[in-house]
Amino acid sequence: MNYVATIGLEVHVQLKTRSKMFCACAVEFGAAPNTRTCPICLGLPGALPAMNHEALRMTVLTGLMLDCDIAPVCKFDRKNYFYPDMPKNYQISQYDMPLCENGAVPLHDLAYPKDAQKNIGTPDKEVHLVRIHLEEDVAKSFHFETSTGIDFNRAGTPLMEIVTQPEISSPEEAFAFLTSLKQILIYGEVSDADMEKGQLRCDCNVSVRPQSQSELGAKIEIKNMNSISGVRRALAFEIQRQTVALGNGEKLQQETRGWDDAAGETFLMRTKESAHDYRYFPDPDLMPVKTEGLLPEARARVPELPKAKRARFVGQYQVTPYDAGVLADDVELARYFEAAAKGSKKPKNVANWILNDLQSALSSAGKTINDCPIPPDALDELVNLIDSGKISGKQGKEVFGEMFSTGKRAGAIVKDKAIEQVSDSGAIEKLVNEVIAANPKPAADFKAGNAASLNFLKGQVMKLSKGKANPQLAGEILEKKLKG
Amino acid sequence: MSRSDLPALTIADLQSLLRRKEVSPRQVLESLRARIESVEPKIDAYVSIDFEAALKEAETADVNLPLGGVPIAIKDIINVAGQPCTCGSKILAGYRSPYDATVIEKLRAAGAIPFGKTNMDEFAMGSSTENSSVKVTRNPWDVSRVPGGSSGGSAAAVAAGAAFGALGTDTGGSIRQPASLSGLVGLKPSYGRVSRFGVIAFASSLDQVGPLTKTVRDAAMIMSAMAGPDRHDSTSLPDPVPDYTKNLGRDLKGVRLGVPKEYRVEGIDPQVSAAVNAAIKQLESLGAEIVDVTLPHTDYGIAVYYFIATAEASANLARFDGVRYGYRAKDPKDLLDHYGRTREEGFGEEVKRRIILGTYVLSSGYYDAFYVRAQKVRQLIRQDFVKAFEKCDAIVSPTTPEPAFKLGERTTNPLAMYLADIFTNTANLAGICGISVPCGFAKENGSQLPIGLQILGKSLDETRILQIAHAYEQSTDWHKARSPIALDSK
Repeated sequence: MNYVATIGLEVHVQLKTRSKMFCACAVEFGAAPNTRTCPICLGLPGALPAMNHEALRMTVLTGLMLDCDIAPVCKFDRKNYFYPDMPKNYQISQYDMPLCENGAVPLHDLAYPKDAQKNIGTPDKEVHLVRIHLEEDVAKSFHFETSTGIDFNRAGTPLMEIVTQPEISSPEEAFAFLTSLKQILIYGEVSDADMEKGQLRCDCNVSVRPQSQSELGAKIEIKNMNSISGVRRALAFEIQRQTVALGNGEKLQQETRGWDDAAGETFLMRTKESAHDYRYFPDPDLMPVKTEGLLPEARARVPELPKAKRARFVGQYQVTPYDAGVLADDVELARYFEAAAKGSKKPKNVANWILNDLQSALSSAGKTINDCPIPPDALDELVNLIDSGKISGKQGKEVFGEMFSTGKRAGAIVKDKAIEQVSDSGAIEKLVNEVIAANPKPAADFKAGNAASLNFLKGQVMKLSKGKANPQLAGEILEKKLKG
Repeated sequence: MSRSDLPALTIADLQSLLRRKEVSPRQVLESLRARIESVEPKIDAYVSIDFEAALKEAETADVNLPLGGVPIAIKDIINVAGQPCTCGSKILAGYRSPYDATVIEKLRAAGAIPFGKTNMDEFAMGSSTENSSVKVTRNPWDVSRVPGGSSGGSAAAVAAGAAFGALGTDTGGSIRQPASLSGLVGLKPSYGRVSRFGVIAFASSLDQVGPLTKTVRDAAMIMSAMAGPDRHDSTSLPDPVPDYTKNLGRDLKGVRLGVPKEYRVEGIDPQVSAAVNAAIKQLESLGAEIVDVTLPHTDYGIAVYYFIATAEASANLARFDGVRYGYRAKDPKDLLDHYGRTREEGFGEEVKRRIILGTYVLSSGYYDAFYVRAQKVRQLIRQDFVKAFEKCDAIVSPTTPEPAFKLGERTTNPLAMYLADIFTNTANLAGICGISVPCGFAKENGSQLPIGLQILGKSLDETRILQIAHAYEQSTDWHKARSPIALDSK
């Protein structure tokens, strides 16, 4: 029997506001425990929340980037439950009026795992969203041998919850969704979306059913994945597990499972319990905010999104769709490319240099495009030197290496090393004459039809010029002379 | 005037002495300390006092500030940096606040010295101060009776001459009712007029901080210092704060006072009715015009109040769980046991009753029928006042149906206690302002028990109700009467 999987994701994204959602404490990853706290984010008696409007703007901006409907009024509710990582034992969240509804995330080929890019089930798929709402993050618990510590630095960080429709059909699509979403969040500068830092967290709901059955299978939730590839692996494991179970005639039930990354398997956390009653009600401490006032600035901050950028790179710079994809994949790389390509005569060559030599030099130096030692216009200068024949391609590689390690400009390196190619045909002709005079036999051989002799003679010209002669030009002049 | 008489002064009179340098802030504090030491065993108004810190502040007090060098007693629900803040609850036993509430910051900026914390019903839930886990406060007019509540400690301290003035909080009458029962002026500001930041929340959409004082002028002085917008409280109103003392002394010509027919209910003590009716006559003689008004949804006030207040309280009080501060149950078996026993042992009966009520009101399946409906009726109650204020400038009524009752008399009947709030809690539901001002005495078995007149005004119309209350006060001698405890043991 064939089984199909249905996957829906709940993604939590920390916004990179400077301060927390309801107080002035800094949002900062990695500070010493409980050093970024105040009476408000500690939930001390009497403390009240005060809205960080930047968090609202960033959420509205995310909604605009993902083509969501934006609610006219932003209202917050209290979600009541007891847990030590919740300072007030209620979380300020949004219940019946999320800031954003609907919308979608387009999946790009390059967002799929590398090994799956050749075999994409539904090219150009869009995963639709149910909603995006804003809430406050909770503290972080650390479990020691006999006790638990709580770090409240994270408590009160603005957190978006993005809920997808259950329309993801494979672990690879889930991977592509998260990669594409992350890219857009980074483009909009709303989050760094680093899963390892907990800036992006993802819970998966996955159910498996026989293809012939229309009703969805039992919904099983998986938690605790700490990377996008972890999500893929967890889903693959879980789909396989459920498929085998169903194949054995087992009946699956709604449950929550954890992902053990080291073991590469999921484990049962809890079975379906009586639905938790969160007793949501509007938070009387926070007055509703009209989003009208937030929209103009949020709209102005919507960047060119990856999809549009790829298309524009192809049209404007004549790069291949694949290269455009790779360049637009990383907004900083795209920015670099654009800076280098803008005044360039051969932007396609600039792209080639970035995608080949520059990327590999950066990765072997352990650098990113942000700390690239070669400024974009310097790269274009190098490309120009090669394209205009001032230096050979081979010399170009050498100059590039020098530029990368010293930060010097290409022109200066060429001048210092005196490696500028001789492309003056008068000068080369002089050399050619000398070589033909000194090597009568190979010259005669060529005339007699031995084409290989030309290469020997060209080599002699290069040698005589100490390697500076433009080899193409030297070949052409030799041939002309001999055939002459 | 002898030093030991100082605490009998009003804030206004004390301020004149201080400005004329006839007394120093230090002398004021020392005489207050002596006074508290002598009366406190009889009334138990304070839960904690930090004279050392206060004396230090007195050294640098600038008497030219609006409240320069004036000690103010603070209800133990308001955070004062470095001082305990127990809310009258065992669950906050030993807790010291690391920060000042906005009202405390503002009072300090005006030169006032917050020197001590007053007793209260636990988490402001009650009308007698008997629900305190710390002690039972007694009424200085008759120590066998309650001072009212929940701001009973503040009321008793001022009425006993053991404070110049005090802050209370009013969620359903908790300033006005104890002011009435203790012969004081008590003002509940309009919702949003005074910042709630740093004030431990009972019911967030109803709570307001206000003064309990000997005179209307003193209340106006404290209000001028502490009212105003606060960026830490998003429910605070942006409107600028007037000088509330400015309109005091103006006559009542052309002022229309509404008397709601719904307030003529059964069960009002005849002595209270008589005193209030006489007060209305007195106001008329001062130039006010008396008009009949109607507040048709008054009957629903108590029910709506207990749905909304308990719902909000059930969430507000969730943070008291023994994880980060306060009382913690010993040797819990697991997390659930920790929560269960900490809260079982840490909260008193009335608080638990209201948490359970509020949890029920918000629970799925009942939320629409209780919470959502209560909010709709709250709107109707608001509308009642909006319409009534088209016909009048302020509404007058008794503050409470009866004068102070005996200690222990109502502790077994919470509903009777709840029903005594009928004249006060609709003002909280509507967000309007109200003041209680002394208007006579009831005589019970040889005791003189104060009666209060309530004057309600539209939102942000504090200036007007202070003006009316002041005109009335100055035309009577009620405010000059002093409680037996205040007269006693100089």
